[in-house]
Amino acid sequence: MSAARGLTPFAPLIGLGLLLIALSILPLALGARPFELRLFTVIFLYATLGHAWNILGGYAGQTSLGHGVLFGLGAYCSTMLLTRTGLSPWFGMLAGAALATMVGVLLGFVGFRLRGHYFVIATLVVAESVFLLFSAWDWVGAALGLQIPIAEESFGNFQFHRIKVGYYYIAFALLFATTLLVWWLEQSKIGMVLRAIRDDEDAVRSLGFSPLRYKLIAMAMSAAICGAGGVFYAQYVLFIDPPSVLALSLSVLIALIPILGGAGTLIGPILGAVVLIPISEYSRIYFSGSGRNVDLLIYGFLIMLMSVYRPDGLASLLRGMSSWFRAGGTAARGLHQRNP
Amino acid sequence: MTYELSGPLLAQLALSGLGMGFLFALIAIGLTLIYGVMGVVNFAHGEFLMLSMYATYIAYATWHIDPLVTLPFVAAGMFLFGVMVYRLLIRRVIAGSMYSQIFATFGLMVFMQAAAQFIWGADYYAVRQSWLSGVLILGGLTLPVPQIASVVGASLSTALLYWFVFRTGTGRSLRAAAQDRQAAATLGIDVDRMYALAWGIGSACVGVAGSLLANFYPIFPRVGVLFVLLAYVAVALGGFGSIHGALLAGVCIGILQVIAGFFFDAQLKYIPVYLLYLVVVLLYPRGFAGRS
Repeated sequence: MSAARGLTPFAPLIGLGLLLIALSILPLALGARPFELRLFTVIFLYATLGHAWNILGGYAGQTSLGHGVLFGLGAYCSTMLLTRTGLSPWFGMLAGAALATMVGVLLGFVGFRLRGHYFVIATLVVAESVFLLFSAWDWVGAALGLQIPIAEESFGNFQFHRIKVGYYYIAFALLFATTLLVWWLEQSKIGMVLRAIRDDEDAVRSLGFSPLRYKLIAMAMSAAICGAGGVFYAQYVLFIDPPSVLALSLSVLIALIPILGGAGTLIGPILGAVVLIPISEYSRIYFSGSGRNVDLLIYGFLIMLMSVYRPDGLASLLRGMSSWFRAGGTAARGLHQRNP
Repeated sequence: MTYELSGPLLAQLALSGLGMGFLFALIAIGLTLIYGVMGVVNFAHGEFLMLSMYATYIAYATWHIDPLVTLPFVAAGMFLFGVMVYRLLIRRVIAGSMYSQIFATFGLMVFMQAAAQFIWGADYYAVRQSWLSGVLILGGLTLPVPQIASVVGASLSTALLYWFVFRTGTGRSLRAAAQDRQAAATLGIDVDRMYALAWGIGSACVGVAGSLLANFYPIFPRVGVLFVLLAYVAVALGGFGSIHGALLAGVCIGILQVIAGFFFDAQLKYIPVYLLYLVVVLLYPRGFAGRS
């Protein structure tokens, strides 16, 4: 036990460093295997989105089932800028993040007065309204969607056709930056106030903090990341329409990932994406073309199991295991602490 | 608008709105009953509706049994299904946080939707030429029968529910369990049983609504989403847990969406309903008739 304790400050750091190096050189090994490359890229994207949701939903406790809107706005923003004015998708990423932030903060300004189920349903209602609006709005392609014009393959054009390693690195960078941001947030005063809002909003107010202000900060960060993720998606798939970037099911997935992994934990969204995305991608292969949604069947079942047996998410399982090792095999204590 | 608003047209619009409105109300009452009794929002409520629509359709397609005949059986089946969901899933998360409750029913929603698509595919089905199809010509009015049946069927079921909840001993126990779980238990009421009953009745409401809806609405795996979203709006407008509120709000929503669809855009007809939700919950954070 004492040896293990001596290692603890460095062991995770070394492990993390090794993981980062492994992930950075992975595409060299995967170069000829597009499926695996795609799998990792998609995991990175969804882990990033999960982080975004987690800032607002996990740390600040504002359960949103409408985050797909922010993602979709990012995707539409950069695509419209590209197709109408020819602006680079890299600028589009900034613009998309800015637009999502503006809309998110605006919605939050109005909606954060609601609590509990009222808030959850408000997010659903907003998401569905935006979906309906975009499905009928001809200027943004209505139900037909928008095609991103094919450009020459380059980093500057944000397009890669034959070998999609570029997407891998961009998604990896997005995830890395977001993880760092959330890690910083966890230790910062903002993070502390957000967690306090989740636990007892009235107490936070009585201490002289403005819950609304901190919720808006959380929303701004969350929305900016979602918007940037949407732009990445648009450039990756090169086609967007309301069902692919604004659907309720996307909003649901964005929330599911951190919740399954462990809401309000740094590792949660990553764990959730690592578990959920392969289920979806592999089931698509094994039941290919059937359009029968086997992944969702498994998701649904998993979520029910988790809600009954592991309401705190997979992260609590992991934490239980690590403290089990550290304690030399005695039963883990404090499994249900959210932030030890 | 170039349409002329004649009397018959108004009557047809009103009927169409009421037909949908009473169905929304019935779905919302099931939802609000479960919420009122135990504080859990059933996110899989729309999928319960979808399941009862499929059950109605299958009985019709395989044995040629009319939806009207199937209705009581679907309602009874959904009652049992609701009790089963409570026993197997909900009971295990009651003690947990709002999170785990939301995600238990949410997981069920994802699961049921995917299961429907897995079993029956993504195709649209429709019950054609049931007893309750066609139109009724009444003087100068052409009234669609399914809508009339919805109004009649849904209001009868609502009346039955009112009688049960507000006029019977069991209904009184149910309300007692809703008001104060502990006090009810002290008075010898089996609270667990009351919860199961609430899930049973709430699901049976949806069963009736599904059977009626199957007469004139296509059946597909995601059919529940739209209806349940509107039912949430109705529940929230009426105040979570209020049966009267859900009834009133459901009917209002039905009429509003018909008016919006007629005067503005059929594709966007639900947006005013959603806006109404936002406006009302922001102005009256507890809904029209909610308890604090």
